[in-house]
Amino acid sequence: MTAATYALTDSWTMTRRELARWKRQPVAVLVGLVFPVMLLLMFGYLVGGGRGVSGDYLGFLVPGMLALTMAFGLEGTMLAVTQDLNKGVIDRFRSMPMANGAVLVGRSAADMLQSALGLAVLLAVAAALGWRPHGGAAGLLGAVGLLLLFRFAMLWIGIHLALVAGKPELVQAVQILVWPVGFLSNAFADPGSMPDWLGTVVQWNPMSHTATAVRDLFGGPGGEPGHVGAAVLWPLALLAVFLPLAVRRFARLSR
Amino acid sequence: MTDAAITVEDVRKTYGGGGGTNRPALDGLDLTVARGTVHAVLGPNGAGKTTLVRILATLLRPDAGRVEVAGCDVVREAYAVRLRIGLLGQHAALDEELGGRQNLELFGRLYHLGARRARARAGELLERFELADTGHKAVKQYSGGMRRRLDLAASLITEPEVLFLDEPTTGLDPRGRAEVWESVRSLVGGGTTVLLTTQYLEEADQLADRISLVDAGRVVADGTADELKAATGGDRIDIVLRDAGQLGAAVALLPVPKDTVSVDTDRRLLSAPVTDRMAALAGVVRALEEAGVEAEDISLRRPTLDEVFLRLTGHDDRVKEAA
Repeated sequence: MTAATYALTDSWTMTRRELARWKRQPVAVLVGLVFPVMLLLMFGYLVGGGRGVSGDYLGFLVPGMLALTMAFGLEGTMLAVTQDLNKGVIDRFRSMPMANGAVLVGRSAADMLQSALGLAVLLAVAAALGWRPHGGAAGLLGAVGLLLLFRFAMLWIGIHLALVAGKPELVQAVQILVWPVGFLSNAFADPGSMPDWLGTVVQWNPMSHTATAVRDLFGGPGGEPGHVGAAVLWPLALLAVFLPLAVRRFARLSR
Repeated sequence: MTDAAITVEDVRKTYGGGGGTNRPALDGLDLTVARGTVHAVLGPNGAGKTTLVRILATLLRPDAGRVEVAGCDVVREAYAVRLRIGLLGQHAALDEELGGRQNLELFGRLYHLGARRARARAGELLERFELADTGHKAVKQYSGGMRRRLDLAASLITEPEVLFLDEPTTGLDPRGRAEVWESVRSLVGGGTTVLLTTQYLEEADQLADRISLVDAGRVVADGTADELKAATGGDRIDIVLRDAGQLGAAVALLPVPKDTVSVDTDRRLLSAPVTDRMAALAGVVRALEEAGVEAEDISLRRPTLDEVFLRLTGHDDRVKEAA
């Protein structure tokens, strides 16, 4: 077999490792899937109605929750990589004659699968609550694509943070910090209803671009035409920074 | 090709670059391990043992020096080295959520055995390490000793030419330790070269053909267990007297040079190196009895790592590190 085939089979083996872990801990997987649903129900019905959003709040909230779920994926990725680092599992992989990148590729593939599953569950629950996308199949596919692209950027930030810090304590810090960062977005409320400076910060949040573009593609409230470009460029820009940084950091574990 | 499985020449490594104020982890370390032997690297915490293993296992690049494992350079031919080694790190490098069998199959696939051979090999190793009955359980439910055995099994998937064990029994209870020792002994017959690091003199003594004593990133002494023990005065006899006033008389009765005897008046304790354990014990008991010196306790023991260190390095690094 050639190096390229090894790279593929090793990456697939690493992905399967994650799938086997899911099978071992179905409850944890279930909790991971149910959590965003809980948030959706909480904000949709309990806390109810975002500031500055008139009319169809569910139509506004669902894209926001989808984007927030992708953003929260960061901590899961970071936790998994940190655990592997601290348990010495990554050392074992690195001492083996396997394709170097497979550790990171397998992690990405598994996390993307999990996020795709998360999106599907959230969309299904939203549909059951009466929410409907109005952008047709193309709009739906485009929205899912944008969300997964955003998740992919979060994933590499997560890998990079784990490789830089490598300490479980820092994962905890990030788990707390994703909340304010997640809420400093337009996921729940219209930035127009916020103080000027805050609205500006919120609009700069890459997650807000994704949420706005997804709203547009779903034909719901809060969508702005022409936002798709920003929702593509922001994640790509983050990837351009963090993917090479993470890969370099991984290679530098031998320093 | 020589008959050395491991060659380390003048290896240096400083974390965070050599320019800073960091103390070097390895400071010109030399080591040769013959094929098919067990070699122990013995030293206190912070001596550089783990750094050495990480360099040998291609996890870390040395700043300078030459390192060859199984005839391959660890930097230029890292891939070839990885094909020939097994590594047991300080922490059990296993997926805790997965079962024992799943772990071994995962690593087997990553060694490119293919699905069928990976499965068969996992089965063999579980049998061999007496984990067959618990192979389905998640590793997080394993005891420390079981974990370590599974870890060892994982490092033996491809029957490596050279096996590195980094403090294989640190943190294990006596039973777990005995289990791991038994496993390591069973490897030796198979022709595998083993390099193990340890803080325990007894462990090196039990398992190794040769021992390198490492301190502050260098080898300070090298030899068989017997040679090293001879250098440190071999076993020691400890005698506790009933009456501290008789300590002086007792020292004169011991069949060793006076300056090698240490005296602790508060504890009424004499400690002296001896060469022939049993003869020394019999001789001391007889001599004390004949002289009418009453002993409360007499015991034979191996020198402690502190004593070996004190003798060979002239400073007691272990105590300092622990403080």
